[in-house]
Formats: sequence, structure tokens, C-alpha cells
Amino acid sequence: MAVELLKGNVAFAEAAVRAGCEAYFGYPITPQTEALEHMAKRMPELGRVFVQAESEVAAINMVYGAAAAGARVMTSSSSPGVSLMMEGISYIAGSEVPAVVVDVMRGGPGLGNIAPAQCDYLQMVKGGGHGDYRSIVLAPSTVQELIDHTVLAFDLAEAWRTIVVVLADGSLGQMMEGAELPPMRPPRPPSERAAWALTGAIGRPTNLVSSIHLEPSEEEAFNQRLQAKYAAIEAAEVRVEEHLTGDARIAVVAFGTAARLAKTAIAAARDDGLAVGVLRPITLDPFPTAALRALAERVDGLLVVEMNAGQMLQDVQRVVAERVPVRFFGRTGGVMPMPEEIGAAIRELAHEVGAADDAAPWQEVPA
Amino acid sequence: MTTAPLATTPVYERPDALTDVPTHYCPGCTHGIAHRLIAEVIDELGVRETTIGVASVGCSVFAYRYFATDFAQAAHGRAPAMATGLKRVSPERLVFTYQGDGDLASIGAAEILHAAARGEAITVFFLNNATYGMTGGQMAPTSLIGQKTTSSPLGRDAASQGSPIRMSELIAQLDGAAYVVRRSLHDVVQIKRAKKAIREAFEVQQRGLGFAMVELLSSCPTNWGMAPDEALGWIRDAMVPAYPLGDFKVPEGLRPARKGAHA
Ligand SMILES: Cc1ncc(C[n+]2csc(CCOP(=O)(O)OP(=O)(O)O)c2C)c(N)n1
Ligand code: SF4
Repeated sequence: MAVELLKGNVAFAEAAVRAGCEAYFGYPITPQTEALEHMAKRMPELGRVFVQAESEVAAINMVYGAAAAGARVMTSSSSPGVSLMMEGISYIAGSEVPAVVVDVMRGGPGLGNIAPAQCDYLQMVKGGGHGDYRSIVLAPSTVQELIDHTVLAFDLAEAWRTIVVVLADGSLGQMMEGAELPPMRPPRPPSERAAWALTGAIGRPTNLVSSIHLEPSEEEAFNQRLQAKYAAIEAAEVRVEEHLTGDARIAVVAFGTAARLAKTAIAAARDDGLAVGVLRPITLDPFPTAALRALAERVDGLLVVEMNAGQMLQDVQRVVAERVPVRFFGRTGGVMPMPEEIGAAIRELAHEVGAADDAAPWQEVPA
Repeated sequence: MTTAPLATTPVYERPDALTDVPTHYCPGCTHGIAHRLIAEVIDELGVRETTIGVASVGCSVFAYRYFATDFAQAAHGRAPAMATGLKRVSPERLVFTYQGDGDLASIGAAEILHAAARGEAITVFFLNNATYGMTGGQMAPTSLIGQKTTSSPLGRDAASQGSPIRMSELIAQLDGAAYVVRRSLHDVVQIKRAKKAIREAFEVQQRGLGFAMVELLSSCPTNWGMAPDEALGWIRDAMVPAYPLGDFKVPEGLRPARKGAHA
């Protein structure tokens, strides 16, 4: 496969096709609609399932149905649409069927706008739907990663029988970037669907896909099993990138697009003599707790940068537990934080914690 | 002619498509009759191993315990969407939903209308008992004008609480709907007619003719505050006039032409 210029939304949709996705159910919403449009063309052409649902509520329940049948299935949407999916996501978690959801986040709350944002971190990482469930949440920061994470999402979803969320944002969905698509994997034939799937009880006892446990002790036993699974996921599936953290005295913690902007910002700060690095959680759940804690032992201060009002910040504060000062810089409402602004926040923190002694003199950055 | 002892001739047996467990339904509730009819048809068509049911949220939430087929349990109102997903990736399986009136006509109104409009090749059994049975007898979209429920204690008032929705008539308007009929479970004759309709609704799916729905007028003696026989009388005398029985849409060629009928 060769590197091509690809638009994020089209890239992840095509990646899903090549990962053997058998069915896509969705509803148009900016800034992810190109994914739905790509699927509308590609899936029928390959003899696979595409349905434009009447709502995101219906879309996620169609996903639930196809997942219950043991098919590789996905949906994609953006913030307001994902809010509507929360009930279905909880049912999917509660019945342990595998499914992939791509959320191309936009500015909110409410109808908000269609500009890139990261303001659904808490919704996607901390639940959003009802009940004690968790999802695996992947946070790509380039179009290439958006492709790779979509493929990985299907494999993780099936390996763990869980929801996997690819948490992108409007800039990733809309940007065009050089990236390489994976080779085509043919879909699994229906005869090879999982043993638990609803395939018809031919010569075997009947299967049930359900999230109901009326007896509290049974529900608790089920919850304990879910928690044990989440603990196993935490032990096996943490993914994190550390960028120039080896000698860092200050580290930026950021995910997705914000991490990308932070990398640009620290390059400039390093030119000015500041020892700065970036820790980028790739899995938001499971959160890279150990890597962050180890980093907090080494640096003098952490700056969390997000395209929201400080959501992952809560996780960073929890993990760091006041070992070092944690400061925050964020922009909201679909406004992207500029590298210069991030740079200013880095310098401010460096001065505060005495990590800027060898650096060039502090300069106010024009707003 | 040899005479076999009478006792060895079974006249009433549990269909293979029903499990051998007691149901949780109240005495006199017609959910049990509907289950049995569906199971008998599944047996007669020989499709127990190739059928997937979708239970809804309502008193029939545990339908999966009683049918000996693969089953899914959907969120409240979402059974037609879940069935859409199941059927689209398993076109060679028979997929049916079993839904109450709160589930189908209220919270799931969008899902049922659009499944019908898309002509999803699924079979829907719609149990209309004019109330929310499971949550204790609140007003349903199908409650009759003047019907007293726990959330319309003075009787349903059209001006403030709207009028009953006749879902079969509504859905029959949609081009995607192939088969839409209303039957009742209040006496033996009606029950036999209901069974025929259930069979036809599965055959519509088997023959790839499109979306099929059988509405079944059903009793809820517990929440209506009636004895079982009184409840059956109320279906006949109060519900049937508001929900006329009949065929709203039947695909051409489904039934053999009657003898002597003109083409
Ligand atoms: C989202 C959601 N809202 C409300 C409920 C509570 N609830 C459970 S069953 C039910 C009504 C079911 O009535 P119907 O569909 O008429 O079925 P019946 O019990 O009469 O057979 C309601 C409101 C729920 N489970 N989920
Ligand atoms: S509450 Fe009504 S609908 Fe529910 S089982 Fe009892 S009689 Fe049947």
C-alpha cells in the first residue's frame, strides 16, 4: 500500500471496510458525514450492509442487533448524535457484544457548533450511559492513527467483547493528510461467527443476548465479572506515547489533536532552551496511569492541554495526586489552542516551578 | 379396525418452540396465548432453529425464557432497530419482534414506522392491551378515551391527553409495509384467526415480501382491575369497536385465490 492524501473521515471509513466491517449504521451529522457517505457507496458495492437510520438512537440499536448476530459492525457520529446513542451503548456493554463507535467530536454543549473540540472526554471515558460499564477509548492524533485505530478497534472489540470508541475530533475528520490504508481483509463468513452469537440454534442449545439480571445478586456477580474484565484490559491494553520526555523538567499531557499542537509548541520551547516533553495517552481508557505517575516523579511540573474546559485534567490530577504542580491550558467552543498560546503556558509553568533557569528570558506572547 | 387406547392420543402438547418453564404472566393474561400461537406456528413451519426473536421492554421482557429459539432482549421501543441489525446481517434467518403498545406505539414509534417504511424483512407481533402492564397500568398511547389508568385517574381525556393511536392503520399507509392485520385474543374463534395471521406474517418474511405486522388485542386483567373473563369481554365490547379487526394490507398472491372468486 502507498501513502495517499486522505481526508480523515473517508480514511477511517475505508479502513473499516478493509478491516472486514460487515455492516454500518449511521445518521448524518457534521463533521463526520463524509464517513457515512463513503460507507453508503462502498458497502453495497461490496455486498455488505449500509443503512441510514432514522436517528442515532436507531443506528446504535441496529449496531446492537448486528453485533448480537456476531457480525463486525460499526457506527460513527459526532457529539450530539453520540449523546443519543448512550442508552444503546449501555445495553451493548451490558450484554457484552463487540461494537465500534467513532465519535468525531465538535463544540458543545447543546447544538454547539461544527468546529473541532474534545469536550466529550468525560462522556466517552467515564461512561455517559447508565451503569457500571467502561469502554476502550482510543484517541488518534493523525489521519494515519485514525486509520490504524479503526482497524485496531474491531480487533479489540472482538477480543474483549466490548465497545471500543475511537475518539477523534472535527479537525482530524476534516483534514487531508498523507496516510497509508491497510490491505483488504475479507469479512468473516457468517458460518464462522462466534459461538455466543445469535445465528439460529441449529443443533445447539439456544443463545441469548440480553443485559437483564433481575436478581440483584446475579447482577452483582455480572458486574464483578465486568470489573474483572476491565482490570484485565487495564493490564493489557494501555497505549501511550512519550515524546522528548527523557530529559524533560516540564511535560505537557495532551491527547489527540491537542497533543499534536503541543508537540509543535514544545519544539519552539526547546529551541529556547526549555526541557519540555509531551506525554500523549493513546488509550484514554485504560488510562496510562503508570507512565504518567513515573513521569510525575521525574518532572517539576505538568501542563494539561485540552480542547475543552479541563476534562482529562481530572484524571491527570487523580493520578499525579499532588506529586508535582499540575496546570491547565484549554480552549473551548471549537477554538483550537495555538502552539504560541501553549508555549506561553509552558513558560509560565516553567517559571513558576523554577524549571526555566537556563531558558531564554520570559516574553509575553501577543494574544 | 384396531382401537388404540384413547389415553395415548395427545390432544394438547407443549410446542417444541416453547421451553418447559412456568411463565411469570398473571392469571388470565393473554400474553401466554400469544406466545403459544407463535410457538405453534414456528413448529409447524419447522423454523425453530432458524428463527431469532427480539424481546422488548414490558411484561414480555422475559419472552426469551419461554421461546426455545435464539433471542435478543432490546431496549424499550428499539426492538425494530435491533431486529433490523440482526436481519440485515442474517438474511437467511427469520427475525421477529414481540412488543407491547407502550413499547411500539409510544417510545418506539419512530423505530417501528421506519422499519416498516424501509420494508425491513422482519415480522412484528404487536400486543395491544391499552395500558402499560409492567409499570403498573399507566396510560398508553392506545388507551381508550375515558379509560381510567393510574396516570389518567379521571379517564383519558382527548383534549389534554390525546386520542388512541391506531398503529395498524397508520403503518399500512407505508409503501414498505407488506402485511398488516389486526386480530384479537378474546375468544376461540378470534384466537384461531390470530394464529392464521401469525403464520402468514412469518410466510411473508420467508417469501421476502417485506415488513409484516400482526396487532393482537390483548388483555391485562391485573391492571384493568377485572377478572380474566371480564377482561376478555372488555376487549370484545370496548377495544374492538375502537380497534376494528381486519386486514389492512395483504400482499397479492399470499393467500390462495378462493374457489369461485374472480381474478
Ligand atoms: C427507557 C425506558 N423508559 C421507561 C422504562 C420503564 N418501562 C418498562 S415497561 C414499560 C411499559 C411497557 O408497556 P407495554 O409496552 O404496553 O407492555 P406491557 O407491559 O403492557 O406488556 C415502561 C414504561 C424503561 N424500561 N426504559
Ligand atoms: S400486568 Fe397485565 S400484561 Fe402484564 S402479565 Fe399481568 S395481566 Fe399480563
